[in-house]
Amino acid sequence: MQKVIKFLTTLIFLFVIVVFYFSLNKDPSYQTNSLVGKKLVELNLENFDGDYNLSTKDFKKNNFTLINFWASWCSPCRVEHPILMSLSKSKKLKLVGINFKDKKNNAKKFLNELGNPYNLIAKDEIGKKSVNFGIYGIPESILVNKEMIVIKKFIGPLNTQDYNEILKIIN
Amino acid sequence: MLSNLGNILLFINVFLSVLIIYFASQNIKTSGNSISETIYQTTLLQTTLIFGCFFTLVAAFITSDFSLINVFENSHTSKPLLYKISGSWGNHEGSLMLWVIILTIFSFFFLINNKTHPKNYRLFTLIFQNIIILGFLSFILFNSNPFTLISPAPKEGLGLNPILQDPALAIHPPLLYIGFVGSSIYFSAAMASLITNYSEKFFAKSIKNWVLISWVFQTLGILVGSIWAYYELGWGGFWFWDPVENASLLPWFAMTALFHSLIVLEKRNVLYFWVIILCLLTFVLSVTGTFLVRSGILNSVHTFANDPNRGIYMLSFLCLMIFSSLFLLFKKYRKNNYNINFNSKETYVLINNWFMLFYLLTVLIGTLYPIFTDALTENKISVGPPFYNAVIIPVVVIFLFFMAIGPNVKWIKNKFDNLISFIIIFILALIINFIIVYFFKSFTILSNLIIISSLFLIISSLIDLKKSLEKSKFDLARIISHLSFGFLILFIGLNHNFSLEEDFNMKVGDTKSFNNYEIKFKKLEVKNFKNYKSLIGDLEIKDKKMSQIKTLNPEIRIYESPSTLTYEAAIKTNIIKDYYLTMSNIDRSDFYNIKFQKKPMMFWIWVSCMVLAIGGFLRVFQNAKSN
Repeated sequence: MQKVIKFLTTLIFLFVIVVFYFSLNKDPSYQTNSLVGKKLVELNLENFDGDYNLSTKDFKKNNFTLINFWASWCSPCRVEHPILMSLSKSKKLKLVGINFKDKKNNAKKFLNELGNPYNLIAKDEIGKKSVNFGIYGIPESILVNKEMIVIKKFIGPLNTQDYNEILKIIN
Repeated sequence: MLSNLGNILLFINVFLSVLIIYFASQNIKTSGNSISETIYQTTLLQTTLIFGCFFTLVAAFITSDFSLINVFENSHTSKPLLYKISGSWGNHEGSLMLWVIILTIFSFFFLINNKTHPKNYRLFTLIFQNIIILGFLSFILFNSNPFTLISPAPKEGLGLNPILQDPALAIHPPLLYIGFVGSSIYFSAAMASLITNYSEKFFAKSIKNWVLISWVFQTLGILVGSIWAYYELGWGGFWFWDPVENASLLPWFAMTALFHSLIVLEKRNVLYFWVIILCLLTFVLSVTGTFLVRSGILNSVHTFANDPNRGIYMLSFLCLMIFSSLFLLFKKYRKNNYNINFNSKETYVLINNWFMLFYLLTVLIGTLYPIFTDALTENKISVGPPFYNAVIIPVVVIFLFFMAIGPNVKWIKNKFDNLISFIIIFILALIINFIIVYFFKSFTILSNLIIISSLFLIISSLIDLKKSLEKSKFDLARIISHLSFGFLILFIGLNHNFSLEEDFNMKVGDTKSFNNYEIKFKKLEVKNFKNYKSLIGDLEIKDKKMSQIKTLNPEIRIYESPSTLTYEAAIKTNIIKDYYLTMSNIDRSDFYNIKFQKKPMMFWIWVSCMVLAIGGFLRVFQNAKSN
């Protein structure tokens, strides 16, 4: 019995040390850039009125889709809104807005006031589904192609430089 | 110049450590029970020179000698003197100097204070302690040298992170380090005790004060860190279960378990190997904590810059410590048949130890689990307050009852002749709890249990105090510590239960009403200070019930070196409650996010924690007196 305990104790310590060793070479910060080049599989998003589920089909229709995460309470979302309005004019790009942790009425007010750039709007009321997209704060935007492969991620409000880059990619 | 001086002193210290190890191992071979004068002298020289080395670094900070990369990165000419000085340990390299100083001081005082104990036991302790010193000195020299030069020397430094410019934080590291680095001495002593077979109660006598001293400082260090977080971080809480806070709590649990079981070892000559395990565990946990913080594995307010080399070095050191101590422990371990009666003080002390180990394991698992899942499954998760609160709080309730009963239980064999008095105390606690709930009308089942159990402990301790006064036979240290722990938990429970928190977006001139309060945003001022610019809000809080008006001035500070924004909470403290207000700006708008909190009993939480530590100090003095 004593031998077993001694052996197990040594094993546990060894295991901890090995895990520590491997953790050393990992970046502890939450990085989502690694999503670029990967395929988005699980969508599981309800549309704004709750009567339709977004599927990969909705993305296959267009060459490129920009998925934008926003909320009416988010002031930087206001800042990037004109850019989204301009992008919505491009025929090669569809915009999907994911309304993040928001109230429906406030979100509608927001769009009535500033304009609606989105072809489709989905909601993520508790913010859990956005985690699958590697979202940890809004605004964030993900540019995907037909096959749902992530081409680029934009963390923070889109600016003119991002705007030009998106146009360059889709053209 | 200071760089050269510092480096020379570091090298001399390495040499002295080697020399002490050599002299000590020679001295072990000689007969007789006295340690040679040379060893005393070399140890004294070592302590003096390491101080010299540390003061060289402090001098570089005071004179803003930016030719040292460490000073350049962590100081600035416009810093107030206090923060220039505290800047010297407010960074990785400098704090390692503090490590070595504490290792050395403890080594020196242990040597000169334990003259009644066998020579070889003391010498082996000295050897192990110097191996640790040597390990840290070489870490400083080859990886984290605070005396490294930068050429050409810059004219101005980058400055100390503004949130670290706080008096509480200036003393937080030294206090905490005395705590957990101090535990090195009983690690060394435990190793020496295993080698020399110096066990039983005399061993307990030789380390008990060191355990208490480190426990007291660990408690104070955690307290001051907590106060800092409350005032500076602006989250309105005092404990966040942040992985690094946990790292300081882990050795605290081990120390608490240790000094309780030391009482049993000293009195009854049992539990020797258990005490040894706790001695070893405490320092292993301290070094593990340091590794977690310094290697960059963890993300938290304390994380220093990420440097895998640093991590590798510390991990190797940790590995060496763990496996050498395990090896020695397994080699020397022999099964003892302890004859402990189920109903005796010994059992109650063991119960204390089980609880402490339960807390320790809970916090350890919660802290390490995210690291493990990340390394093994690529899954990023975090373990937060809900886990700790759910696991720890219900267990605290039971723990407090045992804590109240334990001290009155007799050694060897106990008879419960005071059962009735415990029932009366329990009923009294119930009544007071109902009065509290009746008057404040806010409760949950758990908060009721917390309040009842802490009252049970408080009342029993007060009765103990009364009895001791009558008999004029005092165990004041224990009574004070147990009493203040009861109060601490009571106040935390009350604070948790009766806190109020509200959030508003307001602009100057706005008034908001909620519960019994009205909050008015009167004006906003911009002021210039020596090393920052400040946006000061003027807000009025009206307690409608008591028709009291308080003015609070939260700030947004804009620092230039390094350029940082900090949010300073405005806190109005009185004996019953704190008003806590933070203000943050909302981008491109006239609105400010105002967060108001009412936090009852904050002042008493700090006081009870302080008194808890005072209890420990008293015990050290009592022990010193009886020796």
